[in-house]
Amino acid sequence: MGLGELLQFDEMLRDFNRMNKRQSLYQILSFAMIVSSALMIWKGLMVVTGSESPIVVVLSGSMEPAFHRGDLLFLTNYKEEPVRVGEIVVFKVEGRDIPIVHRVVKLHEKEDGSVKFLTKGDNNNVDDRGLYAPGQLWLTKKDIVGRARGFLPYVGIITIFMNEYPKVKWAILSILAIFVLLHRE
Amino acid sequence: MHTVLTRGNATVAYSLSVLACLTFCCFLSTVFLDSRTTAHVNTVKVLVKNVPDYGASREKHDLGFLTFDLETNLTSLFNWNVKQLFLYLTAEYKTPDSVLNQVVLWDKIILRGENSALDFKNMNTKYYFWDDGNGLKNNKNVSLYLSWNIIPNAGLLPTIRSLGSHIFKFPAEYSIASV
Repeated sequence: MGLGELLQFDEMLRDFNRMNKRQSLYQILSFAMIVSSALMIWKGLMVVTGSESPIVVVLSGSMEPAFHRGDLLFLTNYKEEPVRVGEIVVFKVEGRDIPIVHRVVKLHEKEDGSVKFLTKGDNNNVDDRGLYAPGQLWLTKKDIVGRARGFLPYVGIITIFMNEYPKVKWAILSILAIFVLLHRE
Repeated sequence: MHTVLTRGNATVAYSLSVLACLTFCCFLSTVFLDSRTTAHVNTVKVLVKNVPDYGASREKHDLGFLTFDLETNLTSLFNWNVKQLFLYLTAEYKTPDSVLNQVVLWDKIILRGENSALDFKNMNTKYYFWDDGNGLKNNKNVSLYLSWNIIPNAGLLPTIRSLGSHIFKFPAEYSIASV
């Protein structure tokens, strides 16, 4: 018994052949529905949290043992909420694609409300000045992508795995797409 | 129609939803708990120097030195949804230049199961107490307090300031002697 027979691919294909135009159009529509609702949820979260990327995956061990690779963080970025020492912020540095998740350890706020602050990873021995852009000594509010508010372990490891093995990603995505398009309810 | 795929799919989907539900209940059971408690902080030795800050601008900045006592019992903060406490000691003060300055001087990670009744005497700070200018000398109102950030198994990441802080002042003269 082959794998194709086991998964009854032939039956699925027979299903597909039996579909008329209306039915196959319906399948395509429901597929588009899945994609667009996922996009809507993401964009909706962006509006509610004020952050350009409301959910991030931890990619490095610099905050261990609090966060490990593959943990999920939920961010908010409300402009009126002040930054304070001890908060975990996600920030972008010029010349680096990947945002960094570290803790604020030093902060100076001027009378006009402008803030400059310094960050450090819990698991690092030194502060982040070496990670910032050359000549940059402080972060300001515009560098912040969000502030960590919620934590969910392990879930993000799937995306790390998919990014490290792009072939696996495309295989999984195409199998899912085929399944949704061909499967008859 | 019971293929390996449909059976596998149903099993995985069901166990994942049970897991998600349990995780959410775990989060709900601890989200309304009060995580405040008292911490007694005291400074022992305080002095200030004026030296070039090579880490930042190379200009001469005020650099404070202090040793502190810390006594607190955080055992009550731990429950089944607390993986780790991140403790940090903050010095907060005002200068003519800035309305708010916060510098973390010391921190400590306490994992669940580790000793959380702390009693430190005459501790050195872990990090340098650099001011962003010359605002430490003769500063009469520097408050020192402990805070913690709770890292759950799954849930919110609150930062909580302890009840009770210590206010101290820096001397009016720079200290010349090496520490």
